[in-house]
Amino acid sequence: MTTRIKVGMADIKVVAAPGVLVTLGLGSCVGIALYDEFVKVAGLAHVMLPSSRRITNNENKAKYVDTAILQLIEDMTALGAKKERLTAKLAGGAQMFAYGNNSQNTLLKIGERNVASTLEELEGLKIPVISQDTGGNYGRTIEFFADTGKLIIRTIGHGVKEI
Amino acid sequence: MNFLNDGQLDVLKEIGNIGAGNAATSLSKLMSRRVDMKVPEVKVINFDEVEMVLGGAETLVAGIYMEFTGDIQGTIMFILDKSSAFNLLSFLMPNYRFKNHETFSSLESSALKEVGNILTGAYLSSLSTLTGLYVKPSIPALAYDMAAAILSVPMIEFGQIGEQAFFIETVFIDGLNQVKGNFFLIPKIDSYPIILRSLGVDR
Repeated sequence: MTTRIKVGMADIKVVAAPGVLVTLGLGSCVGIALYDEFVKVAGLAHVMLPSSRRITNNENKAKYVDTAILQLIEDMTALGAKKERLTAKLAGGAQMFAYGNNSQNTLLKIGERNVASTLEELEGLKIPVISQDTGGNYGRTIEFFADTGKLIIRTIGHGVKEI
Repeated sequence: MNFLNDGQLDVLKEIGNIGAGNAATSLSKLMSRRVDMKVPEVKVINFDEVEMVLGGAETLVAGIYMEFTGDIQGTIMFILDKSSAFNLLSFLMPNYRFKNHETFSSLESSALKEVGNILTGAYLSSLSTLTGLYVKPSIPALAYDMAAAILSVPMIEFGQIGEQAFFIETVFIDGLNQVKGNFFLIPKIDSYPIILRSLGVDR
């Protein structure tokens, strides 16, 4: 039987084939899916915030883009993956509430900032981003398959996608 | 909520109780009928427990989101599950026929925003009365989607200040139709000391 592992909010999980990583209802959070095709090892991080750099006391590495990616690489390496072989797929980063331009709350655009920060961090680490399904104003449930590296995205009212 | 002591957390819970109670009274007036309210439950959860809220991560819910400014700043969210949202709409528009339950028409969505406006307004005005602080709500925004996706908005706000989320679940009941609502009151981090000081519990 295939192992299905749930990845919660501010959480990181890794699995070898034929495992599947699942995260339910991504909103403004971003799902960062890294894959090593050679050893068929997959890792998924469900991050909430763009950067830990201004935080003095980071208790949860999975919460921030920068620290989550590093942790993800470390955990995948433990399963035999190599950083040089990793590729990335992204999903999420929606803006759930449209609020016009008057909003003083920059957090409503946090999805966009999470995605931008993820792309930047991955570029810095030289991990290529093969595909992404980000933005919009709707939630996404994603499944990441370790045997193929496929990422399936399900939504309410916006169809099903494979990236 | 690691920066708050137990006494301060209790005070915030009490604000939530009074606010939600006030909102239930408003709902009762709006519907011209009796609305019973269960004792509000105050919950403190970890982020990975968010799927246990509102019956599951993929449960379809309606979220009404408002910001507030004034002496303190923050956001407040009112969340209804799918059946509660449609039950509430049938209360408000007794002769109205729904096309489907997958989306809201513009009439349905403005009706829900208005309810959200009234209920969160009642909540915030009790906060203002209790603290003597000026609180000005913004216009509401509405989203209808998976619970976890909608909750990601308040969770991210909590994420900036700690490792846990704090919210008040209030169940309103009317006859056979059950309307169940959740309030999330999320002051900005620098507004906490102002609220606590105004209530004399700043230490």
